[in-house]
Amino acid sequence: MSEHNGNLLSVNDLRTYFQTEDGIVKAVDGISFQLKRGETLGIVGESGSGKSVANLSVMRLIPQPPGKIVSGDILFDGIDVRKLPIDDVRKIRGKRMAMIFQDPMTSLNPFLKISTQLMEVTQLHLGHTKEQAYEHAIEMLRKVEIPAPEKRVDGYPHEFSGGMRQRVMIAMALSCEPELLIADEPTTALDVTIQAQILELIKGLKDEFGTSVILITHDLGVVAGMTDKIIVMYAGKIFEAAPTKELFAQPANPYTKGLLKSVPDPAHEHGAPLYQIPGLPPDVAHLPPGCPFAERCDRAEDICTKEFPPFVQINENHHSLCHFAKEVHAASGGE
Amino acid sequence: MTETNGNALIKLEDLKVYYDLGGGGLLDRITGGSGERRIVKAVDGISFDILKGETLGLVGESGCGKSTLGKALLRLTEITGGRAMYKGSDIAHLSGRELREKRKDLQMIFQDPYASLNPRMTVGNIIGEPIRTFKLADSKSAVEERVKEVMETVGLSRRFIKRYPHEFSGGQRQRIGIARALAVDPEFVVADEPISALDVSIQAQIMNLMKELQQEKHLTYLFISHDLRAVRHVSDRVAVMYLGEIVELAEGKSIYEEPLHPYSKALISAVPVPDPEIEEKRERIILEGDVPSPINPPSGCHFHTRCPYAIEDCKKIEPQLVEIKPRHFAACIRISPEQPRIEDVVRE
Repeated sequence: MSEHNGNLLSVNDLRTYFQTEDGIVKAVDGISFQLKRGETLGIVGESGSGKSVANLSVMRLIPQPPGKIVSGDILFDGIDVRKLPIDDVRKIRGKRMAMIFQDPMTSLNPFLKISTQLMEVTQLHLGHTKEQAYEHAIEMLRKVEIPAPEKRVDGYPHEFSGGMRQRVMIAMALSCEPELLIADEPTTALDVTIQAQILELIKGLKDEFGTSVILITHDLGVVAGMTDKIIVMYAGKIFEAAPTKELFAQPANPYTKGLLKSVPDPAHEHGAPLYQIPGLPPDVAHLPPGCPFAERCDRAEDICTKEFPPFVQINENHHSLCHFAKEVHAASGGE
Repeated sequence: MTETNGNALIKLEDLKVYYDLGGGGLLDRITGGSGERRIVKAVDGISFDILKGETLGLVGESGCGKSTLGKALLRLTEITGGRAMYKGSDIAHLSGRELREKRKDLQMIFQDPYASLNPRMTVGNIIGEPIRTFKLADSKSAVEERVKEVMETVGLSRRFIKRYPHEFSGGQRQRIGIARALAVDPEFVVADEPISALDVSIQAQIMNLMKELQQEKHLTYLFISHDLRAVRHVSDRVAVMYLGEIVELAEGKSIYEEPLHPYSKALISAVPVPDPEIEEKRERIILEGDVPSPINPPSGCHFHTRCPYAIEDCKKIEPQLVEIKPRHFAACIRISPEQPRIEDVVRE
């Protein structure tokens, strides 16, 4: 990890809104985070929390309309991606930053050979000739440990299993050795033994290429083993941001605490009821005036339903969006 | 939970569900097929008991046949061979009328709360339908009263009775699905991935609800899931399935803390733990390759193609479930009650 290079990605006060029949949905509403070179950031949240929209914004992949990045800076290696003409964004996207998605079946073109899809990337971005691109495609498939890559390279997506297709996606994403890889629920559609293979692969490749990774997931187990730091999102806001170990050891936000407690722990005795966060995730189009989590929160007081909470700094790298962040942090230290 | 088999509610004996995909005929050979008849052995000779009042967890990866097994227990799919005994009658051989009667006692909760509810029916009609079918209430108002009661039991406000499924969130829809299953006071419920489509904070709510209802109504569950943490949490005993067969069966605690079968070991070790300290230290068993196709699965032990401990015999001998430790069964020819740990066997 090279600390002195500073931040590869710096997102400041990003707001991405969607115009819907139901009013304006503030899918991402004022989030900021930084990512250093070689670092892995986990973004955790439930559906509708804005975790995917945040990253689609970074990639400038928000469909517009109905979506729009209404404010904020997205600095990628000093370049403000948000203000860049879309043609220039295309030169970065796929080359210097790449993305893999949850469903490897729908992100590959079923009519094209794997080789064609892999070659396209390097021919476009690295100016490879056909022969070079073909060789490179085989090389990448070998890197992602696909057996007999010289044969499989001419196969079609349907001839690959789910895990193998995700490997192809990773090969494609990494073929220009991007500086930033965004993985949006890369293993959610996969079985657990295959998930272990893919996570292991991403870890290995990250070390080999020195790639910075943003890993988006709803699974706290996945981020625990993979990331250096974590952002917890809820209702378009960052509720907590902290180094991974600290977040798990001493969370400073009631939502994070609730999430951690509601995952069944195999070590615990059988029979005891599981901790549950009451209620439902909020409707982002109609958020209440105070804290969006207040009505589900076991720590809430009057102020929580009236005033929007502050983003409290616990220490240098640890922040929490809560009126009682310091108290919650202190309390979870003793548990 | 219970030691004896005397109070088995459901007894499976060599249960088989095969799907014939055809092939192997003249046309197949002309078009360059393998010439072999292709048969999916989704459930391939399974025997175990489900005890009254327990939750039996069934885990396995996609394609292992766990959902087919669940459906077979309710005869939602035809049974090819073997027996599925419920209260002295074999579900596999019930006539249409007998089967309909039995279905009152045997209910199912489905994975996808979006696809399993008719979008054109109100919640009242969805939950009321089984009540009317089984004539559990004699008047329209009695049906409605019963629907409202069930709705309250599962944590839905009775005011919602006239609403349609799309007006509810995923978690609420799953509550509707549970209400529909419980409206007829069943004895046994197959829950097929009931929490997989839900957010983490909602999963806990549904698991707790199912547990409460079980205690209240003395239900017996078959809880099918690929989520080992969830299965461990809700189940008394856990069965691990691989390519149509049960490879291990034991109490949740023992299977989690000391899995015996090489597949269970790998499966449990693959589950990420939400604790960075543990994740940093632990050694993961990474299985190679994918689950083989259940069409003409591997010979002998179906797991031998991916098993790090496989020997020649594993390709030939079909392992049987053996009681390796008290109440802890595994199907692996390399381990025995004398040598329960595969690591020790290999070291010798």
